Amino acid sequence: MKQTLFVPLTLVAAAMFAYAPFMILAAPYESTMGLVQKIFYFHAACGMALFLAAAVSGVGSAVFLFTKKPAADRLAVAGAELSVVIGLLVLVTGPLWAHKAWGVWWTWDVRITSTLVMWLIFNAYLLLRRYGGPGSERLAAAVSLFGLANVPFVYWSVNVWRTLHPKTSVIPTLQPGMRGTFWFCVGAFMLLSVVILMLRTELEKRRQELDALYLAAED
Amino acid sequence: MTGFARTVWVITRKDLLVEARTREVLFTTLFFAISCVLVFAFGFVREGRPVSDAAAGILWIAIAFSGTLALGRVFERERHGETLRALLIAPIDRPALYVGKLVGILILLAAVEVVVVPLVALMFQAALFDHALLMVGLLAAGTVGFAAVGTLFAAMLVRARSRDVMLPILLYPITVPVIIAGVRGTAALLQPEGGLPMARAWLAMLVFFDVVFITLALWTFEPVMTE
Repeated sequence: MKQTLFVPLTLVAAAMFAYAPFMILAAPYESTMGLVQKIFYFHAACGMALFLAAAVSGVGSAVFLFTKKPAADRLAVAGAELSVVIGLLVLVTGPLWAHKAWGVWWTWDVRITSTLVMWLIFNAYLLLRRYGGPGSERLAAAVSLFGLANVPFVYWSVNVWRTLHPKTSVIPTLQPGMRGTFWFCVGAFMLLSVVILMLRTELEKRRQELDALYLAAED
Repeated sequence: MTGFARTVWVITRKDLLVEARTREVLFTTLFFAISCVLVFAFGFVREGRPVSDAAAGILWIAIAFSGTLALGRVFERERHGETLRALLIAPIDRPALYVGKLVGILILLAAVEVVVVPLVALMFQAALFDHALLMVGLLAAGTVGFAAVGTLFAAMLVRARSRDVMLPILLYPITVPVIIAGVRGTAALLQPEGGLPMARAWLAMLVFFDVVFITLALWTFEPVMTE
């Protein structure tokens, strides 16, 4: 069923990404920031996709840690890799916007700092899996679980420390022309994330099968 | 004494006895922490005067760095003697094993802090002892939080490759809240006036962090350490 869904979903995602620039072009200009505000459609949509990928990885890790189901581990690693890639998109588009809107490339604001810390934790997760040797999947799952539990603490501490980033409450107050475009971009990134997650879990499944075959051939 | 407390005590006592024979981890960690403070002194003192607010940051970075070193050394000793495997085979509660190791590391880090905190106060002209009780509270809660995550990760990395570099890579991003709260809380204490409510808020956040992460560590220690 997964196999049959994959191709149409990929085609829809590709079509949405092809059409998204035209929608963004047609959307009204924001009154104070002008053209530079248009990066918001990809920046915030990526941010939402990052939460999806991180949640998939965290839940997959927790399930894997306590049930040892290999399918949960496959989801966890797919989610972690996607988090690193999408997190990089968020962390690159953010400063590009911030430089024009706030006049600085980087600021130690709560959302920015917590995104960076979360991104670092997923990088650590992947490093541990790659260089930790045999059995590191279980250790990496614990890292992911701790990383997830950490997010509220980072958020609270940086929030008390300093803040500048706009709140999520700006999204319901978007102008009508912006709102449609924004949710279209969110849909495109979510669909892309789902397609990549499906592809990556399938790839991991085949890799595990291949490993098992190698081991069987050696015995 | 209940079985759990007795197991914790036996493991802590074993670690302290092993350490008391050579004092290797204590002396090397202590000297490392002092060197750390000295290096920061060269970086953050201009014309004989420390940069304002530097003391809090330097103190906590020295604690985090030397804590990582101590954690690595303590578990390297277990790995070298194959003794962690023996502990895991022993018919004892896994959480008790974790708590025993954690208490041992906390005693070690407390001994390091007894020297490093006055040293920072002296070198950076910081009035760390004006509110001694709150300062001790911040140090205790912060060290517990750092060591709670550190003990679990150092224990689970014993079997992993490239464990020396993995420990800080995993530990620092996850203990970011401890560092922020420790530094901000200490900096609030150092303010001439009005910093006390803020320091108390950071202390409360540290205690909350400790509770959540010790619970999580007790919960995950068993599945992580089972081969």
